[in-house]
Amino acid sequence: MADAGRHPNITLHTMSEVTEVKGYVGNFSAKIIKRARYVDEKECTSCGDCVKACPVVFPDEFNVGLSSRKAIYIPFPQAVPSAYVINMNECMGRGCSKCLDVCEKKCIRFHMSDEEIIENVGSIVVATGLEPYDPREMDEYGYTRFENVVTSLEFERLVNAGGPTKGSVIRPKDRKRPDSVGFIQCVGSRSKRKGGEYCSNICCMNTIKSTLVLKEHYPDIDIKVFYIDIRAFGKGFEDLYNRSRSLGVQYIRGLPGSVEELPDGTMRVAVENTATGKIEFHDLGMLVLALGIKPSSGTQRLQEMLGLQLTPDGFYLEAHPKLLPVDAATRGIFFAGCAEGPKDIKESVTQGSAAAARAVRLMHKGAITSEAITSEIIEAHCKSCGKCAEVCPYNAITVDVKKKIPASVNTAACAGCGTCAAECKFGAIVMNHFTDEQIISQVDTMLEEDAKEKVLTFACNWCSYAGADYAGVSRLQYPANARIIRTMCSGRVDEKFIWHAFEKGAPIVLVSGCHIGDCHYIDANHWTEKRVNKVRKKMEKRGIRPERLQLEWISAAEGVRFAKVMTEMEELRKGVTAEEIEETVRILKQRKKAARKRVQKE
Amino acid sequence: MFAKTSDDGQSARIGVYVCRCGLNIAQTVDCERVAENISYMDDVVVSKDITYACSEPGQMEIKTDILEHGLDRIIVASCSPRLHEPTFRNMMKEADLNPYLLEMANLREQCSWVHMSEPEAATLKSEDLVKMSVSRVRLLSPLTEDVMPLTKRTLVIGGGIAGIQTALDLADNGYEVVLAEKSPSIGGTMAQLDKTFPTMDCSI
Repeated sequence: MADAGRHPNITLHTMSEVTEVKGYVGNFSAKIIKRARYVDEKECTSCGDCVKACPVVFPDEFNVGLSSRKAIYIPFPQAVPSAYVINMNECMGRGCSKCLDVCEKKCIRFHMSDEEIIENVGSIVVATGLEPYDPREMDEYGYTRFENVVTSLEFERLVNAGGPTKGSVIRPKDRKRPDSVGFIQCVGSRSKRKGGEYCSNICCMNTIKSTLVLKEHYPDIDIKVFYIDIRAFGKGFEDLYNRSRSLGVQYIRGLPGSVEELPDGTMRVAVENTATGKIEFHDLGMLVLALGIKPSSGTQRLQEMLGLQLTPDGFYLEAHPKLLPVDAATRGIFFAGCAEGPKDIKESVTQGSAAAARAVRLMHKGAITSEAITSEIIEAHCKSCGKCAEVCPYNAITVDVKKKIPASVNTAACAGCGTCAAECKFGAIVMNHFTDEQIISQVDTMLEEDAKEKVLTFACNWCSYAGADYAGVSRLQYPANARIIRTMCSGRVDEKFIWHAFEKGAPIVLVSGCHIGDCHYIDANHWTEKRVNKVRKKMEKRGIRPERLQLEWISAAEGVRFAKVMTEMEELRKGVTAEEIEETVRILKQRKKAARKRVQKE
Repeated sequence: MFAKTSDDGQSARIGVYVCRCGLNIAQTVDCERVAENISYMDDVVVSKDITYACSEPGQMEIKTDILEHGLDRIIVASCSPRLHEPTFRNMMKEADLNPYLLEMANLREQCSWVHMSEPEAATLKSEDLVKMSVSRVRLLSPLTEDVMPLTKRTLVIGGGIAGIQTALDLADNGYEVVLAEKSPSIGGTMAQLDKTFPTMDCSI
């Protein structure tokens, strides 16, 4: 920690949050809001005189409320930067000013205000960590009702020599040392009912560690651990587990059904011991809830800001679970630590180093190749209507509507979603590598034979196509009628591809993309949604069942959903008769003929 | 292997490689049949099945064919392009072809692994996907990437143990790092822990 604070190559912004990120790999620009500390962190010597003078007392967050701190405080003794901070919501301000009077270095600044900092960087590492599960909703363990039920994090502070009790374990109700301690595992983990369905990875070992620390402090203490399975799979883990058992810690297979408090503050735990099949009651001095790990609260905001994807558990989704475990699907962004999934310290450190190595690999040449798959304007066809500039999520297109200057694309800023080409009514935009001709040729070939047996599926590269891959890797079986055409973004799916498919006899057309808010191209899929709704309305007018055009959002992690959607599509397809398809083809051909005649007349 | 020898030299000269992926694809999809049926398509000069297209010998075989038959567009019908498109684009570069004249058909994730009990349907679907690729590959244009400047700095969001480790490794490698932490101190959850497993030493 201290190394990071004083390293000449590291600029540390504490009390800071990233609020906006612009740009692309190699050249990101991040806006950071640095909240006022009200103490000059470079001048402060952490002498602590201010704290003695401060009259305002509040619960201490670092000790999870088990001790108190003042309105001016240092989060913990080893904090980096080693400087005090004032919580202005608690401070009595100028009327008090006691801290100002005693501060010899004169480094307290009541007038300090929040700062806006712009940092230009080539790569970003997301290491936003975790939040412990909030056990209040799991009332059967009585966390809100009984003082002697504490969380594993509260226990960490109680047993810590630097904690509020200087390391002596006492139970909160009578401040006496308990004769016995029970640990309840999987609080907020591995449950379909409350908390997460996933295993939080660290809680078994954390509890085993705590039993060893307790036994070291108090060899005669009784310890019972209530568990589903003990997962001691890492290097040296089984050894610790065995040591804990050999010291007499009892491991009881079964999670308690209820917890009651006896008059003397003892906790009575009722549990079905699944090893013996019997209901047992255990009286324990205090109970520790082994909290699971949840993604940190800012995860979704950052996900939207950076155009990342999440797993159903809410953690960030890596580009590939085995081969690219620290890369995001967005180039230039990497993950480290619990942001990507629950991890212990060793794994977090490993992933931190891995993310650094991946970032170096990207940056060491000092140059980067641009995206080749970008859009291009055919000036002769451009009517300077401005639609493309309106829909571009990257503001990469400039067009002067008033002066009728044709559009032009800044290829360095273009990310290649193809929404502009799909929205251009005049065929004036070529989306390289996903041109109209290329995509229509795929549609034609697909529907050349047995068109009515096939489900034409447009899938975006980042979410739905990846969801299909995930279904594959998971060996999920679905009907073999699906045929996928990949586009980079669902925003590329031009209205004319859909009409063309129906004219060629497609029974069903499915457009699939990232969930709204998850679009890899910021918000290009909003245009997909609008467009599909528009086409559906037109279908209705023309006497074609709009149900034959479907829109589904499927994320990269939703393999199960992809397979389910494909099964549903097959059901829909079966409902489309050969006569209905024929009628559609007739309607569309007639319209085309009429349109051609109109053009000829003009 | 099904190779055509004569061609007018004007139209596209396409090579199609149907990867068996060991048995991952071949256990469900009749790769040989797919390769044969595709070989009758216009512009397809070479069409063959191959054990592991991504392996060194696999790539070598394709590169040799490119030279021998003057192929100018390649279809690899194997796994997801999300996995091996970069691999085969590199192969194209090594064979002096534009990497964007490559097309992949996804027979593994979209056919063999998801229609395991329907080998006939999976094979027909595979043929369809490769035919679609042939239509598409004919129309592909060579593309080039520009080289752009890059800022040699990294923003690390979050100052817990993972963020600190990332920042230190980058900084020790000579890169500038901006470490943003929302609370008043770095350290994260780790700093609150007493001893840590498996070595039982202090966290700070």
